[in-house]
Amino acid sequence: MLRNDATKLSLILLMTPFILWIVLLIILPQLGIGYLSLREKLGPNDYKFGFANYVDFLQEPIYWNTLLRTAWMSILVTILSLFVGFPIAYYIAKIARRRSRAALFLLCLIPLWVSDLVRAFGWIVLLRETGIISGALQSVGLIEGPVELLYNDVTVVIGLIYTVVLFMIVPLVSTLDGMDNSLLEAGYNLGGSRFTVFRMIVVPYAMPGIVAGCIITFMLTAGSYLTPILLGGKNSMWFTEQIYDQFITRYNWEAGSTFGVLLLVFTSFVVWLGLRLTGQNLASTVAKD
Amino acid sequence: MNKMKLLATVSALVAITGTASQAETLRLLTWGGYAPDEVVRLFEEKYPDIDVEVTFSNNEEMIAKLRATRGAGFDLAQPSHDRIYAAQLEYGIYKPLDLSQIDTSVMQDGLLKSVKDNTTIDGEVYAVPHQWGTSGLMADITKAPDINSWDDLCDPEYKGRTSMRLRRTILLGMAFSMGKDPFAAYGDLAEYQKIMDEVTEKLIACKGNIKTYWSGGDDLSNLMLSGEVVASETWDSTAYKLYGEDANIVFVPPETGALAWIDTFAIPAKGEADDAAYKWINFVLQPEIVTMMSASTGALASVKGSIDLLPDDKKAAVKAAFDDAAIENLKFFVNIPAGIEDIEGKSLERIKAASQ
Repeated sequence: MLRNDATKLSLILLMTPFILWIVLLIILPQLGIGYLSLREKLGPNDYKFGFANYVDFLQEPIYWNTLLRTAWMSILVTILSLFVGFPIAYYIAKIARRRSRAALFLLCLIPLWVSDLVRAFGWIVLLRETGIISGALQSVGLIEGPVELLYNDVTVVIGLIYTVVLFMIVPLVSTLDGMDNSLLEAGYNLGGSRFTVFRMIVVPYAMPGIVAGCIITFMLTAGSYLTPILLGGKNSMWFTEQIYDQFITRYNWEAGSTFGVLLLVFTSFVVWLGLRLTGQNLASTVAKD
Repeated sequence: MNKMKLLATVSALVAITGTASQAETLRLLTWGGYAPDEVVRLFEEKYPDIDVEVTFSNNEEMIAKLRATRGAGFDLAQPSHDRIYAAQLEYGIYKPLDLSQIDTSVMQDGLLKSVKDNTTIDGEVYAVPHQWGTSGLMADITKAPDINSWDDLCDPEYKGRTSMRLRRTILLGMAFSMGKDPFAAYGDLAEYQKIMDEVTEKLIACKGNIKTYWSGGDDLSNLMLSGEVVASETWDSTAYKLYGEDANIVFVPPETGALAWIDTFAIPAKGEADDAAYKWINFVLQPEIVTMMSASTGALASVKGSIDLLPDDKKAAVKAAFDDAAIENLKFFVNIPAGIEDIEGKSLERIKAASQ
C-alpha cells in the first residue's frame, strides 16, 4: 500500500515538468493563437468573432501561394536530405568500423554547435558576388567576371539541407544500427543483386527511421525563418516571414495568428498525407520501440 | 554552530535583497547605437544607484513589444515621432510626459514643436525629440555619378547594381519622385490607395533592376563597400559611416527632398522608473554626451548647434551631403493615421511576391 503510494508520487513528480511544459508552453499558446485568429477587427479596440481572417487568406493569392511554395520547397528539401543523409547514415551504421563510428557521428554534429545565424552568414561569405567561391572560380579562369550565387531559391534549398540533414541522419543511423548483417548475407546468398537487397531488405527495415527523419526535417524546414530570409533573394517568400510581417510590421495579430494556425494545420496535413501514401502510420514508425 | 551559520546566511540574504531593492534599474528600449557603452558607463558613474539595461530594437518591434505587455517591461522607449499618436490611441502603451522634468530649453525649437504637435493627445505631450536624420540615397560617385532621384534606382544603366529596403520609406520616396504627395493623401484612404497602386506597379517593374533588398545597416554596408551595389536607398547615418571608410560613397538627398525622421523619448505606460528615465533624457542632451552619441548613431542630436557637436568625420560627411537648399527641402514624416499601414503592407507584399 505504502509502496504503491510512493510509486504514484514519483510518477507524478517525474511527469510534472513534462506536463507543465506541454500545457504552459505548447497548449495554452496554441489556444491563444486560435482564439486570436477568430477575432475580426472592425476598428480600434472593436472586435467581433468570425472567420473573416481565414476568408481573407483564401481570397489573397499571395498568401496561399506563399504557403504552397513553402510546402513544396520543404518537401524538396526533405527528399534531398534523405538522398544526402541515407548513404552517410548507412556508412556510419554498417560500413565504418566500431571505433571510427563515434568520431564520424561527432563530425556530423559539429555544425550544430554553431548557431543558425552564424552558419547562414558562412554561406553568405562563400557565395556572394565578391565571395570566396566566385573569387576562386575567377582565379582558376573558369569564369570571366564575378558571378552571383546568393539570393536565389537554389541557395535557399542548399542552406536548408545543410541545416536539417543531421535530423535525417540520426534516426536513420539508429534504425540501421539495429539491422542484423545476416539479413543482408541471406539476401545475397539467395541470389539477390545489390539493388534488390537494398530495395527488398534495407529500405523496408529502415522505413521507421526514414519516416521519422522525413517528418522531423519537413517540420523544421517549413517552420524555419533565418535561412530563407538571409539566403533568399528579392523574389523569395517564406510563410514564416509572412507571419512575422503580420505580427510585427503590420500590427495585425489577428492575421498573424490565422497564418500560424494554417501553417500548423497544413504541415500536419502534409505529414498525414505522406504517411498514407507510403502506407505507414505513426505507431509503426516514430513510436516504434 | 549550525544555528550561527543559518543566521549568517539569512542576514547575508537580507543584505543582498536589501541593496537590490535600493538600486533602481532603467530599462531602455532603443535603437542600435543609441546607448553606447561609454555613455552608459558615465551615466552609471553619475547616478551610482541606477543600473541601465539596454534592449536594441526598431520601430515596429518596439511597438509590438510594448503592445504585448500593454506598456510594461521597459522604462524608456525611443520610437520615431510618427509612430506614437496612432499606437497610443489604439493600444495605450505610453504615458504622458512631465515636461517640467525635462530641460527642453536645449532642444531645437523647430524639432521640439514638430514632435509636440505630432504627439499631443488631449492636451498631454507624449514625446520629446532625441536624434533626427533622414532617409535618402547613397551612391558611389565614381560608378554612379548621376543618382539624384528615387527613381534613378530603376535606371537600366545600373541594372543589378542598386538596392533598397522593402519598407514604407521607399513607397513614399517613389511616390514623391512620381510627382505625388503621399502625405497630403493621408486623410483620404481611397486616394492613398490609388497612389500606392501606381507606386507598386512602378516598383514591380523596377524589380529586375534591383540586386537584392537590404534588411539592415550592416547588410547594406557590405553591399556598398564590396562594390556589389553602386546606389541604394539608405539612412543618412549609414551613408555617413561609409563615407568615413570610402570618401567616394556619399549621401545624396533626392531632388524631391530627403525624408526626415525624429527619434523621440517616450515613457511606456507601465514604466517603473520615471525619475531615472528623466535623468537619462537630460543626461544624454548634454553637449559632451551628444558628441559621443552622434559618433555612435551617425545621426544628429535634436539640440541647438548639433552640427557643431558632431565628431569631425561625421561633420565632413554631413557637409558633403547637405547644402542649405537640401535642408530646406526636407520632408518630415507625418503621423500615420489608421488604415495607411494596411494599404502599404499589401503593396509591399505584392512587390515582394511579384517575380521579375
